[in-house]
Amino acid sequence: MLIHGWGNYPKIEAEVMNPLSVASSKHAIQKTPIIARGMGRSYGDSANSQVVLQTTYLDHYITFDAVQGTLTCESGVKLREILNLIVPKGWFLPVTPGTSFVTVGGAIASDVHGKNHHAAGTFCQHVTSITMLLGTGEIVTTSPLQKPDLFHATAGGMGLTGVILTATIKLIPIESAFITQKTINTGCLEAACDAFEAHTKSTYSVAWIDCLATGKSLGRSVLMVGEHADNGGLNLTIKDPITVPLHTPAALLNSMTMRAFNNTYYAKAPHNKIQTVPLMPYFYPLDVIGGWNKLYGKAGFVQYQFALPKTDGVANMRSILSKISQSGQGSFLAVLKQFGPANRNLLSFPIEGYTLALDFKMSTTTIELLNKLDDEVAGMGGRIYLAKDAVMRETSFKAMYPNWEQFDAVRQKYGAIGKFASDQSRRMGLA
Amino acid sequence: MKNILIIGATSAIAEHCARLWAARADALYLVARSEERLQTMARDLAIRGAAQVGTYCADLNDLQVHANIIDAVEMALGDVDIVLIAHGTLPNQKTCEQSVEDTLMEIKTNAISTISLLTIIANRFEAKQKGTIAVISSVAGDRGRASNYIYGSSKAMVTAFTSGLRQRLHKSNVAVITIKPGFVETPMTAEFKKGLLWAKPATVASKIVKAIDQHKNEVYVPGFWRLIMYVIKAIPTNLFNKMRL
Repeated sequence: MLIHGWGNYPKIEAEVMNPLSVASSKHAIQKTPIIARGMGRSYGDSANSQVVLQTTYLDHYITFDAVQGTLTCESGVKLREILNLIVPKGWFLPVTPGTSFVTVGGAIASDVHGKNHHAAGTFCQHVTSITMLLGTGEIVTTSPLQKPDLFHATAGGMGLTGVILTATIKLIPIESAFITQKTINTGCLEAACDAFEAHTKSTYSVAWIDCLATGKSLGRSVLMVGEHADNGGLNLTIKDPITVPLHTPAALLNSMTMRAFNNTYYAKAPHNKIQTVPLMPYFYPLDVIGGWNKLYGKAGFVQYQFALPKTDGVANMRSILSKISQSGQGSFLAVLKQFGPANRNLLSFPIEGYTLALDFKMSTTTIELLNKLDDEVAGMGGRIYLAKDAVMRETSFKAMYPNWEQFDAVRQKYGAIGKFASDQSRRMGLA
Repeated sequence: MKNILIIGATSAIAEHCARLWAARADALYLVARSEERLQTMARDLAIRGAAQVGTYCADLNDLQVHANIIDAVEMALGDVDIVLIAHGTLPNQKTCEQSVEDTLMEIKTNAISTISLLTIIANRFEAKQKGTIAVISSVAGDRGRASNYIYGSSKAMVTAFTSGLRQRLHKSNVAVITIKPGFVETPMTAEFKKGLLWAKPATVASKIVKAIDQHKNEVYVPGFWRLIMYVIKAIPTNLFNKMRL
């Protein structure tokens, strides 16, 4: 079967294993190396391999304690499903990425973050226990207290330590299925970062940034901060997405149309306005358009997300943004976020500072540009988000993630080497 | 709240129907071959809101147990409002062509066992003068094709049987619904190359649950398959013989 990530680049033919139960999953890893795959929502090749283990049918709830707010489920359960179950009972995900179409296993493997990273950290910081299938065929439980080395390698470990089968998540209480959102327009990058600083007490914060603006307006942004509302009821409305059926000609997305979009977006954003919005469009604005990735055409795209340390972060961000701006290749959607402290997970992406995510249409010049940007980011002590990467070179990866050796040592200890690998892990030079 | 018996409950389509029923707090009774998967599913459906979930582990090719299953569900839930029969296999056409034994076994699984169950259930519902019986047949039953006529002819029997049963039970206030799914992405079809005509089990399930609510007679899911099969049935045999379908 032809498989690919959300960026539609790269694509490969793969043999797909579909275990039907947790207990039978060990029969699905007879052909190795293999990599677990959920919704295929990582952008690049982190769930690409000659043989993949698809978790579609491992999608059962195991326990839900609606009093304490703990949920145990199989790894193929989608966050969207979970919301359907927990929101009406007054609970919410402690951390959620920008799409609800990801599985619990994928969220753990990528140690995803959301708009509350500055306060809540990553997804795995709220995972209290994981059961997983090791390369030895053994099924084990790991937590921050039980085989902690395995836990901190698996959380954010891109599926390279084994197959995540089930997980227990500590949920957060909510009183409403709505968010009170405030929008703040900022004229340049420095103003945007100041605005983040001024809103560190907000539960959620994220900014849309105009990467095509240059000079004084470089980095002009619309910062959106949000709090869980305390009224409006707990009814969750989940609409099926409108689907983009076919790849649109890539030429439709060029610097002119993108500039027009950004100008309109910036001009239309209501400054200092407070609105109450439902959870789904607030957290998952792009989920309403199924297959928005096809808008980039058949060649696909790369979402480039990097993080820079707080020290000199604003100046460094400006320097990288200028390069992107000069290239004229950046993006339809760019998101800026302030990160809180890093966690102990060996390959987890967030570090204290700033992160920017933007899309690039795929082409050979894109790869060259990204390689140059990788060097800059690495030089600044920053890093690239592995869940979005499709092109990073081994040298960049090893410079950005100095824990890689420790990571491979844990993989060695638990029998993962030679058993679990992806096209990405091979490209990055992991064992 | 409805009492619902699901036979072949661990099939992907049936499981998604069960989830929709659980969300509306119906009481469910699941029959399937794997005890482990039944237990996993029962736990899951209880969390999703099912009023009650019972299970019965059985190989449906053992026709002797059919009456016991119906006794057990009535013991557990009382009167059954809806039965969904969803079990089945997708035979390997090429292997079956070379083996009478394999062919008859597939026909037993996909047709004979269903007819055995239908006969028992129909008589009980007829006596109570109420109930809804939904059976998953297939578009493959509409016209036998070289590529899968063993499966297709089994489903043709199910379609014709349910058609007659529907007519017989009409006066007894019992609805019989023949469901004809097209291509659905399930473990049964994992090997197939997927394209535009393929539907997700969750989508198919929501259409099935709706058709059962509305007491439809015969439904194609998704609906466009009615048109496709109309065309396929209309092809003159001499031309059909030369085609690869």
